[in-house]
Amino acid sequence: MTNTTDPVGGFLRRSQWRPTEIMVWVLVIAAFFVFPDRLVLGSRVLIIAIYALSLDLLLGYGGLISLGHAAYFGTGAYAAGLIANYGWTEPISGLIGAAVIAGVLGYLAGFIIVRLNGVALLMVTLGFGLLISELANSLNDITGGSDGLNMTFAPILGHFDFDLAGQTAYIYSAAFALLAFVFVRRIVNSPFGLSLQGYRENPKRMAQIGAPMAARLRLVNALAAALAGLAGGLLTQTNQFVGLDSVGFERSADTLIMLILGGGGRLYGGLVGALVFLVGRDVFSEANPQYWYFWLGLLLVLIVLFMPQGILGGIDALLARIKRMRKAAP
Amino acid sequence: MAEQLFTLVFNGLAYGILLFIMAIGLSVTMGMMNFTNLAHGAFAMIGGYLAYTVTIQLGWPFLVSLPIAFFGVGAISVFFEAALYRRFYRSPQLSQVLLTIGLALMSVAGATYIWGPQLRLVRMPDYLSGQTSLFGVEVGTYRLFLIIVGAIIALGLVIGLERTRFGAMVRATVDNRRMAQSLGINVNRVFRLTFALGSGLAGLGGALAANFIGGMLPNFPMGYLLVYFLIVVTVGGLGSTMGALLAAVLLGVGDAAVKFYAPHFASFAIYALMVVLLMWRPNGLLGRR
Repeated sequence: MTNTTDPVGGFLRRSQWRPTEIMVWVLVIAAFFVFPDRLVLGSRVLIIAIYALSLDLLLGYGGLISLGHAAYFGTGAYAAGLIANYGWTEPISGLIGAAVIAGVLGYLAGFIIVRLNGVALLMVTLGFGLLISELANSLNDITGGSDGLNMTFAPILGHFDFDLAGQTAYIYSAAFALLAFVFVRRIVNSPFGLSLQGYRENPKRMAQIGAPMAARLRLVNALAAALAGLAGGLLTQTNQFVGLDSVGFERSADTLIMLILGGGGRLYGGLVGALVFLVGRDVFSEANPQYWYFWLGLLLVLIVLFMPQGILGGIDALLARIKRMRKAAP
Repeated sequence: MAEQLFTLVFNGLAYGILLFIMAIGLSVTMGMMNFTNLAHGAFAMIGGYLAYTVTIQLGWPFLVSLPIAFFGVGAISVFFEAALYRRFYRSPQLSQVLLTIGLALMSVAGATYIWGPQLRLVRMPDYLSGQTSLFGVEVGTYRLFLIIVGAIIALGLVIGLERTRFGAMVRATVDNRRMAQSLGINVNRVFRLTFALGSGLAGLGGALAANFIGGMLPNFPMGYLLVYFLIVVTVGGLGSTMGALLAAVLLGVGDAAVKFYAPHFASFAIYALMVVLLMWRPNGLLGRR
């Protein structure tokens, strides 16, 4: 029954596509036709979902808290912008370049991060994020400082220009979102991903069974950073602009909130969280932009109090309850 | 040159002492209950705004606003401790971080609603403005006042912690909560009082800081000062008063020096120094654990 005697079969079962997962992607495609005038918001949701997914890999699966994840998002965002501004305007290769640059930064930062835990880890990630943010602010000549940078990109695959309605941006973002989810699925359902979850549950025990966790955490930090950089690069390319808001503390805090809102460690929590967060902000900001953060803070407090597993976790718990009640009833 | 250096150290000292007063409560929450309170800056902010309300809106003297900020914020913190924080002492750090980020966000919007988005200054009495001659050097009177008040508070805290019965209970709880509990110390009561004291000090610090930092703004709890608090606590070592004082003064003087000699480099230097220090001694400069 269990996968203790049949490890390969266990991994195969874990990595099977569930019907609900396929439904998510059908909905992503359907949204393109159902909301043709909200595609800009839609592509924003998909991009931020990739970003939240990268944090999920780190926090939801690896158990590493980061208060400075925007450092990688911002690095990718600025890298994508600068690559274009220095003359390489082909978007797909530029995006990959941005992800690689962010990934290298993440790998290097990993050497510091694996040595720390608890408050010191929080502090260093927070400080690291602010460091990168300060760097973007003060390297005026390169990053444009508080004015940001404008750039233009060549058409995707030589044909599709970024249009005002956001059609190209939506399809482009959706394609990369699908790739990112397939990639992260592979990782978390691999032995490597399983050892990360082991570390999340009990770091000491992983050390006792001889897992080389320092190297694995460096690797996962690099992978998460590369994904965050990819999301940042996508945002730059679809906006044709990059500014300081892509690297600030809010950017780190927001994604943490989205992930928790949707539910960490469940792959699709970040997507659900990003959808609720961005659509909610869109609705609330029209009424009262100043107080959006009040409702957001309240939501966060309520979630921590009553729904620690997020929306998806709440749905799971509800379904399990219904199942139990059905079983109890004759 | 020597005079310039003296002024620089003096100003840095005043800033450091302010940071110490605002941050010391955080050291208690983290050291004693292992609770990561990222909303601590909100307490300091409320203190600053209370001082504004008392001195400008009500027109009462500045020296009256200080105890009001201290006791007012202390009382508010007791409410939050009882209603929310207490449930989370045994929770994973992530829940604590999220809860307190949520509270900090709410405090930002709440302060905007109550006190408006503008800079709010506190009205200073004449005898605290202007310059005073100290060892033949002209220094800001208010800075001198800050250093004196801060020195009194720091001395009071050290004596209170090292020499009184309550202080011994606090130290025992920080060292080993379970052991202290089995010796009959009512850990929760000790903590509640210390938490109120620490938050009250944050409120007092906020009231003292309002003009020093150029006026209160609603985003105070999320701003860089939060990082400074955390530096004071983590670099100083959890639950160590002297460590926090040393770290705060070093940070204040270092900040003043870097801002003066290399203004473009200021923020990097502080954060980079923090990363290096935490890698070298993850439990703080004077931390024992």
